[in-house]
Amino acid sequence: MSVRAETRVQTAPVAVPKVHSKLVQAQTRLAWFLLAPSLLVVVLVALIPLAQTIWQSLTNARLASERPVMFVGLANYVDVLTDPDFRWAVWITVQFAVVTVFFEFILGLIIALVVNSNFKGRGFMRAAMLVPWAIITVVSAQMWKWMYNDVYGVINDFLVVRLGILESNVAWISNPATQMPAIEAVDIWKATPFVALLLLAGLQVIPGDIYEAARVDGANGLHQFWSLTLPLLKPAILVTLIFRTLDALRVFDVFYVMFGSNPTTMPMAVYAQQNLVTFSLLGYGSAVAMVIFLIIGIFVVTYMTLFRVEAS
Amino acid sequence: MTRGWSHFASRVLFYIVLTVIFVYIVFPFYWAFRSSVTPNVELFVTPVHWWPDNPTIEHYQEVFTNGDFLIALRNSTIVAASTTLLSLFIGTVGAYALGRFKFRGRLPVMYLILSMTMFPAIAILGSLFDMVRRLGLYNQLPALIITYLVFTLPFTVWVLTSFFQALPKELEEAAYVDGASPLETLYKVMLPLIAPGLVTTGLLAFINAWNEFLFAVSFLQTPDKRTVPLAIFLFNTSTGGGFEIPWGTIMAGTIVVTVPLIVLVLIFQNRIISGLTAGAVKG
Repeated sequence: MSVRAETRVQTAPVAVPKVHSKLVQAQTRLAWFLLAPSLLVVVLVALIPLAQTIWQSLTNARLASERPVMFVGLANYVDVLTDPDFRWAVWITVQFAVVTVFFEFILGLIIALVVNSNFKGRGFMRAAMLVPWAIITVVSAQMWKWMYNDVYGVINDFLVVRLGILESNVAWISNPATQMPAIEAVDIWKATPFVALLLLAGLQVIPGDIYEAARVDGANGLHQFWSLTLPLLKPAILVTLIFRTLDALRVFDVFYVMFGSNPTTMPMAVYAQQNLVTFSLLGYGSAVAMVIFLIIGIFVVTYMTLFRVEAS
Repeated sequence: MTRGWSHFASRVLFYIVLTVIFVYIVFPFYWAFRSSVTPNVELFVTPVHWWPDNPTIEHYQEVFTNGDFLIALRNSTIVAASTTLLSLFIGTVGAYALGRFKFRGRLPVMYLILSMTMFPAIAILGSLFDMVRRLGLYNQLPALIITYLVFTLPFTVWVLTSFFQALPKELEEAAYVDGASPLETLYKVMLPLIAPGLVTTGLLAFINAWNEFLFAVSFLQTPDKRTVPLAIFLFNTSTGGGFEIPWGTIMAGTIVVTVPLIVLVLIFQNRIISGLTAGAVKG
């Protein structure tokens, strides 16, 4: 139903049929000319900075410092990997990623299946689902921070006064036992509808007559789900999981707003930003950035291979 | 009879689940709105009032007389609009080349663009910070306009390429027969046809730039340069005398910056969703 615009890497539509090579040459020149601004931007603000980060991670460079820059080999990497604060930040981040992606996927799948059926107000529901994704992360963090307030927060009010589940108010954000679940809940609230929309788009391209055939063959609902819906949804699931995991591993905004730069609840990105910007440690911070880059890369490659193995 | 009854029960269950989902999504917005119209005397009491006895607009008056917040709205508009227009302009010509021309090196460029759409910005924060300082752009809005292209441009090129590819082959042939040059063909024939793509990518670029926080908090310093996410984040200290967090005003601020997004989403929901699913590529 929705127009799915898919970019194909392999096949190029031929604009002008092969006339003579002069025309082809002119075409090529024009194409590169048109691409030049895009490539310039990518090189200037992404590739050169990336190369610089790699180089700086091997030096003792500091920001805005007159001190001569010295090559220090892998010393920064040794420091990073042996720093208990960084190891803790990795643990916090991975824990956050596993919990949020898991719940976002399960809840998102349920919501997608529910919204995929026919009912009045479906369009409205889809629009409502877009809103948490579209709003500023800092805004959603502030909204939840207020709802979590230990004295005047609505969550304490709901659980203590209205339902009586809890005996006394909980300081959700400062209590070590509740702070991680609390922040994970914020992320799950913001991203689950987005996950549901991506999965919903995947569900909608599955042709309905497949289910028709399955019903004729006597497959019940649950069986249809396992043997038809899930396998056919696999590409959408893979894409969704990769996107969500990438986002969760580089999480910054919500932690920065809710917890500040408290070392006990610092994800990798806040740790890196602190070292780079607050402490001006360009060399050390770059090594941190490269380690984060590698960790994210490992996750992506793992997903890709896991899914490929299962598909074959 | 029993069949009808079980059908009815499952329908009821379905709508209950639907309502739960809806309340879950919408409740935080309701709460922000309720807090934004609750006077302070009712905001800081227990048990909590789920709707104020005496609704007020005083928090909105505070927001709209707060100079820093208004400047932040202006700054964010400048930054997000500039980044979006730059991305659309650069991205359209680039996508035209990738979508309609056959040339050597096209595939590597496509893979480069695709990998850039997944690039983690934190990995280059330090180098960009260094670059921004060297160029004298520290605490300047252009620092954001330029660096935001890291995440808006690759996505724009990637999605627009798919829109160009979807156009029929005969377009250029007809245009060339009429004596139009490739560039004339682009802006006279093709641009109107990919307008939906421009709307989609423009909206997503704008939303992403409007929401960005990491670069803003790193590259900006003074109140006159703050963007909206920074202003919302720093509300705690900038007003309220520093001893009590002005939650009512913060919530009014969040409502003010959220309403335009909700309107955009309601109007363009189909465009945004198709852009999101196109962005979630399959290689």
